[in-house]
Amino acid sequence: MTLARADRPQRSPAASRATATATAADAGDARRRRLRGRLTSWAFVAPLIVYLAAFYLYPLYRNLDLSLHHYTVRSFVDGDAPFSGLDNFRQVLDDPTFWPALRNTMVFTLVSIALQYGAGLGLAVFFNRRFRLSGLLRALFLIPWLLPLIVSSSTWAWMLNSESGVVNYGLHLIGVAPVDWLTSPGWALNSVILANIWIGIPFNLVILHSGLQNIPGELYEAAALDGAGAWQQFRRITFPLLRPVSAIVLLLGFVYTLKVFDLIWIMTKGGPGDSSNTLATWSYRLGFGSLLPQFGPGAAVGNILILIALVFGLLYIRVQRRQEA
Amino acid sequence: MTTPARRSTGTTVIGLVLTALMLFPVYWMLNVSLTPQQDMRRTPPDLFPLHPTFAGYQAVLQDQLPYLLTSLLIGLGTVALTLLISAPAGYALAKLRPRGGGALSIVLLVAQMIPGIVMAMGFYGIFLDLGLMNTWWGLIVADSTIAVPFGVMIFIAFMSGIPDELTAAAKVDGAGTFRTFWSVILPVSRNALVTVSLFGFLWAWSDFVFANTLDSGGDWRPITLGIYRYIGNNNQEWNAIMATAVVASVPAALLLVLAQRYVAAGVTAGAVKD
Repeated sequence: MTLARADRPQRSPAASRATATATAADAGDARRRRLRGRLTSWAFVAPLIVYLAAFYLYPLYRNLDLSLHHYTVRSFVDGDAPFSGLDNFRQVLDDPTFWPALRNTMVFTLVSIALQYGAGLGLAVFFNRRFRLSGLLRALFLIPWLLPLIVSSSTWAWMLNSESGVVNYGLHLIGVAPVDWLTSPGWALNSVILANIWIGIPFNLVILHSGLQNIPGELYEAAALDGAGAWQQFRRITFPLLRPVSAIVLLLGFVYTLKVFDLIWIMTKGGPGDSSNTLATWSYRLGFGSLLPQFGPGAAVGNILILIALVFGLLYIRVQRRQEA
Repeated sequence: MTTPARRSTGTTVIGLVLTALMLFPVYWMLNVSLTPQQDMRRTPPDLFPLHPTFAGYQAVLQDQLPYLLTSLLIGLGTVALTLLISAPAGYALAKLRPRGGGALSIVLLVAQMIPGIVMAMGFYGIFLDLGLMNTWWGLIVADSTIAVPFGVMIFIAFMSGIPDELTAAAKVDGAGTFRTFWSVILPVSRNALVTVSLFGFLWAWSDFVFANTLDSGGDWRPITLGIYRYIGNNNQEWNAIMATAVVASVPAALLLVLAQRYVAAGVTAGAVKD
């Protein structure tokens, strides 16, 4: 059986030698015990396996199936949609919305994570200093991340309201003309990025802060003795030593930001027009946004999104594994 | 030269200013929720609730109570299902080390990266087939998919740290694997149980995409849809909308007050091991 082969790397050489020298009766007994142990451990994992198969694998399979058939509302219910191969994907790629949506997705994701990371890093360095109330203030910084997305999205929507929003009032105070944050095609994407950065800063702050605390204080003391200023210390010590944590935050941030849907949908629904439409909102708009749902193309866009997420997700796993090794 | 004490006070002041800036939207939500409807579109807007009204909160009590209760039910159900699946699996993967455990961990990592809309679309077809559409228990199943992979990974990370002597002692006392799990492992894993429960609840409570896709026509709809319906009706009563938002934020606030260290642990555990 293959069981023994898979087990081998986990057993220390000493243990294998001990097994080898044991008497035949002991070996049989041990094998039986090991088999029982294996069965028990599988009994503990089995619910998870069944769960993953039923509630992850099967929905994903359904989604793939949707994207490979020509579905209408009727055939969706009856389940007799004709197989259409890659037609849905071709249709989506030829759609005039595809490139703007891909571009918006990339702009939304990259600008969001770059600014979240910058702000998070600055704040993490700041909170790494010892001062009164720092623990409490750091805890308060978590609030935007914990609020339900519909709460933060609708609050931002009202703050950015063209006529009565407090942001335009603030601009008015410093003599800037009001901006149609959510209703003009030129600003809608920037506005949802702004709100998304606000939500993402706490995540970056917490992880980078815990990374900073793993940098030994003696390094800074030594650098200070050598006459390095605060900027030098940041550039020569903090930033290089934080690189592994930064890689993880940025990659994970990328994967998480790629799939942001609630925020954009609640604030602009991807509009006006397609100006803040990303792959996520476009997919939902195709599938559920109108009275004439296009499930096939919607699912196709979703699968393209998964593909992009997987590439960066696997990159993340590789980086994380290499750091553990 | 400034004394360290004075420098620390200066830093605290900067910290307070930064926090105030960051939390301005939260303050604004509170402020608008207390603003009388007729002052809503005034320029300049009232920066402070000088004439506070609780009309918005009265509207919440009138319109949103069923939604809030549904969200509570769905949140608790999601926590129960998540713990039921993830705690035993975490124990097995951390301590019993079944074959293929490593591959399973990678599957869990990847599972967390799948966009919610894709899952929602997949569930949509399945729920139609099974007649689960617009049911609260269907939504519990869908919401639990957000928390289960996270839960298993938290339990693996935590339970790997439990010394083997503890389980060995239980075995000497004649306890089977299940007994050991139930009376030794689970009690010492309290922190992990709390962390997973808190996040499971919060995510289910906050879920919008599954609710909007799978439960938009049901009698039992969660609070996120309650708010969305308020906005979607082109209802201009922003004090009621913001009052609902404030009430919907209560679990997040409680979580922060009661369990702050678990929250930070949960954020970090999702990204960096140890």
